[in-house]
Amino acid sequence: MTAEQQADQAVGEILGRYERDKTNLIRLLQEVQTELGYLPRKAMQEIAAFLDMAEVDVWGVATFYNHFRFVPLGKCHTTVCMGTACHMAGGKLILDALERELEVRVGETSADGEFSLGRVACIGCCMLAPVVVIKDKIHPRMTPFRVEEALIPYKQAGKEEGRE
Amino acid sequence: MSKATFEEISNGARSEVEGLRNSVHVLVGAATCGRAAGALDVIDAFGKEMSRQGVTAPIIQVGCIGLCHAEPLVIISRPESMSIAYGNVTTEMVPRLVAGYLAGDDPCLELALGTLEGGTYEAAYIPELSRFEHELRLILRRCGYIDPECIDQYIASGGYAGLDKTLKMKPEAIIEQLRESGLRGRGGAGFPAHRKWEACRQAEGSPKYVICNADEGDPGAFMDRVVLESDPHQVIEGMVIAGYVIGAEQGYVYVRAEYPLAIERIRVALKQARELGLLGNDILDSGFSFDIDIATGAGAFVSGEATALVAAMEGRRSEPRTRPPRLAEAGLWNRPTLLNNVKTFAYVPAIVARGADWLASHGTEGSKGTAVFTLAGKVVNSGLAEVPMGTTLRQLVHDIGGGIRGDKQFKAVQIGGPSGGCLPESLLDIPIDYDSLREAGSMMGSGGMIVMDEDNCAVDAARFFLDFSTKESCGKCTMCRLGTLQMLHILEDITAGRAEMRDIDALLTLAEDVKAGSLCGLGRTAPNPVLTTLRYFRDEYEAHIQEKCCPAKVCTELIVYYILPDRCDRACEHCVLTCPTEAIKGGKGEVKVIEQEKCSKCGTCLEVCPPEYNAVVKLSPVSSLPSSQLSERRSKK
Repeated sequence: MTAEQQADQAVGEILGRYERDKTNLIRLLQEVQTELGYLPRKAMQEIAAFLDMAEVDVWGVATFYNHFRFVPLGKCHTTVCMGTACHMAGGKLILDALERELEVRVGETSADGEFSLGRVACIGCCMLAPVVVIKDKIHPRMTPFRVEEALIPYKQAGKEEGRE
Repeated sequence: MSKATFEEISNGARSEVEGLRNSVHVLVGAATCGRAAGALDVIDAFGKEMSRQGVTAPIIQVGCIGLCHAEPLVIISRPESMSIAYGNVTTEMVPRLVAGYLAGDDPCLELALGTLEGGTYEAAYIPELSRFEHELRLILRRCGYIDPECIDQYIASGGYAGLDKTLKMKPEAIIEQLRESGLRGRGGAGFPAHRKWEACRQAEGSPKYVICNADEGDPGAFMDRVVLESDPHQVIEGMVIAGYVIGAEQGYVYVRAEYPLAIERIRVALKQARELGLLGNDILDSGFSFDIDIATGAGAFVSGEATALVAAMEGRRSEPRTRPPRLAEAGLWNRPTLLNNVKTFAYVPAIVARGADWLASHGTEGSKGTAVFTLAGKVVNSGLAEVPMGTTLRQLVHDIGGGIRGDKQFKAVQIGGPSGGCLPESLLDIPIDYDSLREAGSMMGSGGMIVMDEDNCAVDAARFFLDFSTKESCGKCTMCRLGTLQMLHILEDITAGRAEMRDIDALLTLAEDVKAGSLCGLGRTAPNPVLTTLRYFRDEYEAHIQEKCCPAKVCTELIVYYILPDRCDRACEHCVLTCPTEAIKGGKGEVKVIEQEKCSKCGTCLEVCPPEYNAVVKLSPVSSLPSSQLSERRSKK
């Protein structure tokens, strides 16, 4: 089965568990994203057909919320916290450093699919500011220089995988 | 088979917990903040070390005690002796603690934060820490002391007694008790709780719904997360009581998806409550049925607004609507709906169980009880604090927060996030209550408090909050969508040294227009950070505009990095080797010089320059760069 067929099947299974009720839209989008990691255009079209909604209305809701993504995440997803405490502790410099080191902009995924970078309004660990989350691991009290250090193991892992 | 009565449930829970209390056990703070600081590694280390030393004792993951600066935090509880709290525990410290206070009788005092008093399960405090003299823990009293995933511990400490009592009372009597208690909504606006409940009870229509607003969106506030992660049953019990009073059978906790651990803990708590018959069909044989589901947010700050939250739950874009009708009349699916904040529900069980005075005997005339704040930023002891209403900001920042880190000067405290304001030193003595804060131009809001020192720029702070509000504006009202954006552009000009003095007047005019022309709290309060910084820190705005100078040296376009030639150790090359843009020249034995054209102002050189030299400084305005550097730039060209 191709990846696309697998995705189709997963979306079909999710739709099968729900009633055709427009109020389920956000839950459906959340489930599909949890399953596939992002919202492919085709999945949103299927949801629209399932709920008997205009595609543009599904798109309107999906783009309204910060959580929904329309491109796949990198294998190593990095999130930088841009909450108040992190900002006051130099969060912008950390964001700049991550963009520089990963060679991606916020909201983008690198061409090789290894890294993606996102920002979040606050993860609620203000006493550890500024905070970066690399592959679900929280890295506290970052500095521009420590960003470089923290990424080394992930960059190496990516390279080794590439060699195999 | 008839169901267990509350007395039987309660006795069962007490005997379960008694067994634990009479044995040696270890509590580890494992809320999100504790985990981020390494609590799970510490738990792992305790497990390994105890089996290596042949000691057995339960290791219990508890929530957050509020001493975030001391995470990971471990409490070793010994029934025949003192319970001792240890802060900033590392895996290296674990063998010593196990050998010392678990296997032996050495309390390892050199590692201890203090002893615990007041019994482990009810309003414990650490007398060695002076902050506890100022604190009064009502809804945080169990946080960090009980296992949030164990309903028995909640019940054994008086939990669900309020629900049991409620089911034997008339709903009107509960509302009366709420009125006497003086409880006001803890979501920020401070609307009297009993009036909301009464309106919802009176409203025609069924079914009715209860919603707990746990969409804590203020960047810098995390008390709702802590309450849900540390003591979720308290909130659930409050919601069930609300359901009984207004006549609802279904409740929802609307929680943001960024809080996975909180969601998991609510899920566990709901399941346990159902198993004991405290939730679901025919609760405690009373004939009253009520259940709760979790709804996860998809990430929108505006969803914290009540009508926008309801829109999100109905699967639509989270846009607020005009009121009336209020949610109490037409809320979720157009039915009467009671919506309160996490903390509001958390106060309810004990108000019912212990009487209105439990709350009303604390606080001020207009604001009863306590307020929960998160302290972060440049304070020594960041964390969570619960204080009686009327406590001054100075007590919070200096006595509980321990003052400013390092030898820096206090500049301001920002309260209430994007809706709140920056208050200066001169206002530190105002009492904290709904009305005093509003008078000062700020608001209680979320209760998030960020302390700023001399290294923080007031204009940059205003720009930061406005940037947030602009991004989070839902776009429905023109003034909120475009007015805030225009204000942001002006602030960006100011921080980049491109503005003129008349732009300040434009900011003030726009601020009033945005307030007047916005439907919901987001737009109506978005100008507050700008207005308060203009009111209290106007000189900084003027310095940015007239002198192109950022006094705090934050705004990158107004600063330069400079290496002091007489402080630079010529043999050291830290800055040269780490500069990401290779902007620093100077070989071994030479004084290092920053080529300003290449400098990205990332601050790495300042960070890596060894403290014994401290040769890198920031200068503002840019024109204050010594002319020798400028001439060098010219001669190079």
